[in-house]
Amino acid sequence: MLKYDLVVVGGGPAGMAAALKAKECGVEKILICERDETLGGILEQCIHTGFGLHYFGEELSGPEYAARFITEVEKTDIDVKVNTMVLDITTNNVVIAINKQDGLMEISATAIVLAMGCRERPRGAISIPGTRPAGVMTAGTAQRFANIEGYLPGKEVVILGSGDIGLIMARRMTLEGAKVKAVCELMPYSSGLTRNIVQCLDDFDIPLKLSHTVTEIKGKERVEGVTISKVDGNLRPIPGTEEYIPCDTLMLSVGLLPENELSRSVGIRLDKVTGGAVVDQYRETNHEGIFACGNVLHVHDLVDFVTQEAQTAGEGAANYILGKKEYADYRVHTKGINGVRYVVPQRISMDGSEEPVKLYFRVGQVYTNATVKVTRNGNVIYAKKKRKLAPGEMENIVIKPEDIQEFSEGDYLFIEVEG
Amino acid sequence: MEVRELTCVACPMGCQLTASIDNGVVVSVTGNTCPRGKTYAETECTHPVRPLTTTVKVEGGKHPVVPVKSADAIPKEKMFDCMKVLNEVTVKAPVQIGDVIVEDICSTGVNIVATNIC
Repeated sequence: MLKYDLVVVGGGPAGMAAALKAKECGVEKILICERDETLGGILEQCIHTGFGLHYFGEELSGPEYAARFITEVEKTDIDVKVNTMVLDITTNNVVIAINKQDGLMEISATAIVLAMGCRERPRGAISIPGTRPAGVMTAGTAQRFANIEGYLPGKEVVILGSGDIGLIMARRMTLEGAKVKAVCELMPYSSGLTRNIVQCLDDFDIPLKLSHTVTEIKGKERVEGVTISKVDGNLRPIPGTEEYIPCDTLMLSVGLLPENELSRSVGIRLDKVTGGAVVDQYRETNHEGIFACGNVLHVHDLVDFVTQEAQTAGEGAANYILGKKEYADYRVHTKGINGVRYVVPQRISMDGSEEPVKLYFRVGQVYTNATVKVTRNGNVIYAKKKRKLAPGEMENIVIKPEDIQEFSEGDYLFIEVEG
Repeated sequence: MEVRELTCVACPMGCQLTASIDNGVVVSVTGNTCPRGKTYAETECTHPVRPLTTTVKVEGGKHPVVPVKSADAIPKEKMFDCMKVLNEVTVKAPVQIGDVIVEDICSTGVNIVATNIC
């Protein structure tokens, strides 16, 4: 059996940053397992710029952002196995992985960082009626075709969902000569970043149809067109509002799901809202020695925050491996209420640390001039005015340790929006 | 005096800006939370520019295409002209990040550079 201090599952931005941080903290034997042929993860196909504004203070493309970390990994003695699929993790931290060179491997690990990322919701997840022709694909699949494989996956396109990948692909397809006829969004607001609506849709006069969905797909071999309908306040299609749009491609950008099969198989508790593990401020799961970070924990909109979170997980794993972990006397839970959909981390280990705790959260609808409040037993311990809060933009607040010092086991810290 | 409403794209905050333009000159910008917003509004109202990212064909590389970007933003109205040029370009592997693929594309004074190895 192979033996490592730390095994990182996934070689995207989260996995690389976690491994590098653990190395910096003094962990000796580290292995990254990556199922694709190179490190970099999804960044390799995100050729647009806008990555790194927070972390590097400059605008990089996805491959450039990834390359900075790949170069750093190559400078260390971190082992990397690409084309390697992790199949299972046992309860005593043995990672079962497979590739063509080594065959089936059993890798014993003192600690494990889960950094598998997320995947897109496919057509089957949203039950669109109609035939099943070629030409229905997720925006990420189209992105891989266009940016890595060198194919233009369609000429007349309708996009369902206004998530960032959908918006980015609307521009990408337009630049390559395709006609993007409409972007339909079920909700009355876009889940994408405002800047992407401006640069990807408005710049090319692509209509964004809010409160619209696709109610039928037509075509036998290839998509011939889609019917779109307006939806009511309960998100149900309104009869009589149907509009037929001829097209050869329907792209879906309807949400991302953290890829947690491995976490489930080892018995890690998952958060129903995020779809990722329940973690403490060090990103340690309920399974001792297993940490999670990046999009497998909760879907991020900016890779810069993934990097920061992964460094936290990497440091947590390093402390665990090196015997420096302080065990918690008790745990305080965090919970989003009144408009706050989720909070990560879901619990704070009260171990005497004096480090501030950063809480990430997402709201469920758009708010303007609202106040974010943190309360305990009805007492406000933090309040901040926000000009704008939107579901597509992750927010964070910092809690000082002195603010939660007199909490006791099982106490809840509530985060809510007022206004 | 002309007044224009804009959404700043300088960063993910997306501030709503109001620019007042007099004789083609931006005389005031409000709604911005940082100096980049002011610069964005001034540029957007006089000569809008955008970064361009796309791919070019590769011979002998790991993949059939390699991603590229404009080293600086280019005039918005020249984006499709630049795409036309880039769709005719084929490079030979190996290519390094930062390698110049096309110099001074469409007389914009901006180079097109590779953003990945191949």
